[in-house]
Amino acid sequence: MTAITMDMNTPVTKPASRWRQVWSNLRRSPSGMIGLSVLIFHLLLALLAPWLAPHDWTLQNGYQILQAPSEAFWFGTDHMGRDLLSRTMMGGREAITVTMLGTLLAVSWGGLVGMTLGFVGGRTDAWLMRVIDALLAIPWLLFLLLVIALVGQQTWTLVLTLGFFFGIAVVRVVRGATLEYVPRDFVLAARTRGESRLTIVVRELLPNVLDALLVEAAMRWAWMLLAFSSLSFLGFGVVPPTPDWGLMIADSRGMISIAPWAVIFPALALSTLIISINLTADALAKAIGLDRAKAPV
Amino acid sequence: MSEAQTMNTTMTPMLDVDNFTLGYTNAEGRLVSVLRDVSLQVAPGEALGLVGESGCGKSTLALAMMAFLRSGSQVQNGTIRFHEQDLFALKPKMLQSLRGGRIGLIPQNAGQSLTPTLKIDAQLYEALKLHSDLPRSQWRQRAIELLQQVRLPAPEAMLERYPHQLSGGQQQRVAVAMALAGQPELLILDEPTTGLDVTTQAHILELLRTLRQELGMAMVFVSHDLGAVARISERIAVMYAGEVIELGSSHQVLLQPTHPYTRALLDAIPRLDAEGLPPSLPGYPPKVGSITQGCAFAGRCPHAQPICSEQDAPLAALSGHQVRCHLAGELKRPASDSKVVQLPVQSSDEPLLMLEQVQISYHRQGLMDALLQRPAPVATVDGIDLQLNKGETLALVGESGSGKSTIMRAISGIQPARNGQIRLKQDDLNLPVEQRSKALKRRVQMIFQNPDASLNPRHTVFEILQQPLKLYFGLNHDACRDKAAELLSLVRLAPHYLDRLPGQLSGGEKQRVAIARCFAGDPDLILCDEVTSALDVSVQAAVLKLLKELQQQRGVTYLFIAHDLAVVKAIADQVAVLYQGRICQVGPVSEVFTGHHHPYTRTLLNAVLEPDPNHQPVIQGDDCSEQYPPARGCAYQRRCPLAEPRCKEQLPPWKTDGGNRIRCHLELDALATLIDRPQMIKAVNA
Repeated sequence: MTAITMDMNTPVTKPASRWRQVWSNLRRSPSGMIGLSVLIFHLLLALLAPWLAPHDWTLQNGYQILQAPSEAFWFGTDHMGRDLLSRTMMGGREAITVTMLGTLLAVSWGGLVGMTLGFVGGRTDAWLMRVIDALLAIPWLLFLLLVIALVGQQTWTLVLTLGFFFGIAVVRVVRGATLEYVPRDFVLAARTRGESRLTIVVRELLPNVLDALLVEAAMRWAWMLLAFSSLSFLGFGVVPPTPDWGLMIADSRGMISIAPWAVIFPALALSTLIISINLTADALAKAIGLDRAKAPV
Repeated sequence: MSEAQTMNTTMTPMLDVDNFTLGYTNAEGRLVSVLRDVSLQVAPGEALGLVGESGCGKSTLALAMMAFLRSGSQVQNGTIRFHEQDLFALKPKMLQSLRGGRIGLIPQNAGQSLTPTLKIDAQLYEALKLHSDLPRSQWRQRAIELLQQVRLPAPEAMLERYPHQLSGGQQQRVAVAMALAGQPELLILDEPTTGLDVTTQAHILELLRTLRQELGMAMVFVSHDLGAVARISERIAVMYAGEVIELGSSHQVLLQPTHPYTRALLDAIPRLDAEGLPPSLPGYPPKVGSITQGCAFAGRCPHAQPICSEQDAPLAALSGHQVRCHLAGELKRPASDSKVVQLPVQSSDEPLLMLEQVQISYHRQGLMDALLQRPAPVATVDGIDLQLNKGETLALVGESGSGKSTIMRAISGIQPARNGQIRLKQDDLNLPVEQRSKALKRRVQMIFQNPDASLNPRHTVFEILQQPLKLYFGLNHDACRDKAAELLSLVRLAPHYLDRLPGQLSGGEKQRVAIARCFAGDPDLILCDEVTSALDVSVQAAVLKLLKELQQQRGVTYLFIAHDLAVVKAIADQVAVLYQGRICQVGPVSEVFTGHHHPYTRTLLNAVLEPDPNHQPVIQGDDCSEQYPPARGCAYQRRCPLAEPRCKEQLPPWKTDGGNRIRCHLELDALATLIDRPQMIKAVNA
């Protein structure tokens, strides 16, 4: 009897809102907090880089080629004598912008199509899912290269193609998550009430698959960053002289034995960003109650 | 019953729960007690029933008797001893052999507790491997014996089946067989018959009774259904807010209840022999850990005195049974009839809903069927003629698979009828819901069985109520909010509930919100799909009363699906008994329940359980459900004890007795005399 502490007359405290609950769960995960801090650090740095960068990131200096890290150049310089610290700080801006927009696009179309297919079901669902399977089987990098070679490598082309390709996987995951809710009575209740399909998808299903969508968005973002950097590495992403990590790695990889810093620092920046997104996504999934091991990918 | 008591005192108890207090750490990080000072004993061969509303700790106690604690909980005080051994001091290895071996568990939902990908034989062998010394070669023989023991027909064939190929009752029997594999001395049954049909439930309870006599096991039977507990238990412990508040022989507890809670719980059960609605129990059980001192029931007790909320109630021993109440022995039990709620019916002769020769089939003619000229299977629902007057309640009754829900889906336009006419006054309800006009959609609304599933867990109560208001009336946000608050007051909920999520409400509150949502459209016809079967009895009575009151205020018409005949009797004006999608009997409630019965109606009525240890349900036939309705003749031909050859050939004619119509070949007088004869109970194995 000793442990019963709450007085009967005190009003029942309103339980914390759902997102507050998720946040308090997230705070208990050390890896998640590390990931989130690194992620926020990266985003702030990318945002403020033009003002924070100690040197001009496009200024070439023939007298300072391939300098090792020093007081003046913390990360050293590249083969054109440009300050690597400034370039590394600036190098994420394009990648983060393009992939963020691309993720938004992927999640929007993938989510909407996935939810609709899950809700509609039947033959439409069966046939369109086979189309999705076929699209998934396409080696995306080659196809991406083809599209870019045909249309050109403007920012919006990259956003659209990346958004399209990464949305295909989102369709599968969101459809799977939706199938769990479609047979529930609240969907049936909405149908008997005579709500339109769009209302059911947006008002009834979306709030329930939002968790899965959010975690999926974080995962797709990490993958897309890698994809974007690969494109840049191959010369199909960012146009020089705009600094970009993928491009920087590509430019300096020939000199890796004499100037390893020129490859290591951009690679480090890229990998810490991707790892931080993955850690955050993992912790978020656990905090929300989705286990990533169970999610179909 | 004196036998049971002497057994208690003379023999050492097999299971001894001694001052047991169990706590868990809640979301705010505080240790709260779910079980408080529970003391009870189970003697060898004795059956103890644990009853109470949901959330009062019955299942927690039952699982603690197997030393199974949910994660995060810890023993705060006291012990549970099994044969003098403290269960919580045992090593994991010992516990493993004890669980499923000497202590067996039968879970609530056998369909979910059997592995769907393993055949029945593999599941039984698993139990035998772990909990018997039999060599592998004898497993099959033993498995067949076990299936025979639980009266499953054709045990050899049964071994080769997968769980989904069995009916709910058969699955439950397999679960019983698995529990018996370890030859347990103590069997813990956690709501073993909840969710089963009345007839199946009666069969399973009968099986458990005979097994106990044959094998001499002790049983701990957890249920919220006092009728089921009455069938099985010799002693009953009534639990409330984690405490045992009344403990005694089942005769004492059920027939002379002393604690006000037990009395209220018993009064709230609708009964076949009572008129009108049962009185409901006001309020809800306290939240875990919210009671610091005094009697936990004081807040809801009609006899509460100042002392009740100030001092903990002592466990008083009264003529052989224990009661935790300050006023024990002083309270006189008022005549329960006076408390029954009677509400006048305001029906008119104006027909609202009409069904004429409705036929519904889930089968879709495929290309191959057409090419091979395969005949379409017999329709799931056929020949439904019903008329429902404005302001009345019509109940559809039958076992699961009898087509009740299918008819409701046809009326709501989810699964349109293949043939026949469904009309709401002059409007055509044959149209699928997408093609109906907005006004027509508004006039037909539906309330679902389980409010947990029918309310979107991510919407606040306001958002839930807003949707129909926006859809049907195009109200803006503020107007919706005013109207939503009005709707909540209609279902007796305060406006501050508007911003709650369904997860923050109790079961009864959720169902009230669902009712409010359905009244948002200001409907003419409301389809109620088993609206109270997921609720506690005390809440059920309140919800039934609310529905009846709303019917009077708003003049709405209900089409009510239920499998509980006592509930139907309490709320409905007309009743239609369905078997395999065909109507067997239809008429006014008073005449159907008291007049002539169709053989199937009689079977259903016989299987009804009463919270009375002397009441004995009569069971007949077997409980195997049929997959398809017969192609010709009477729908009930295969299970009918009175079936004649012509029943298999010709569709029986309607026999009329006043408003009571029965579809049977036998003359009404013949039905009456034949049915009153003692029934032959067909042995399932024979």
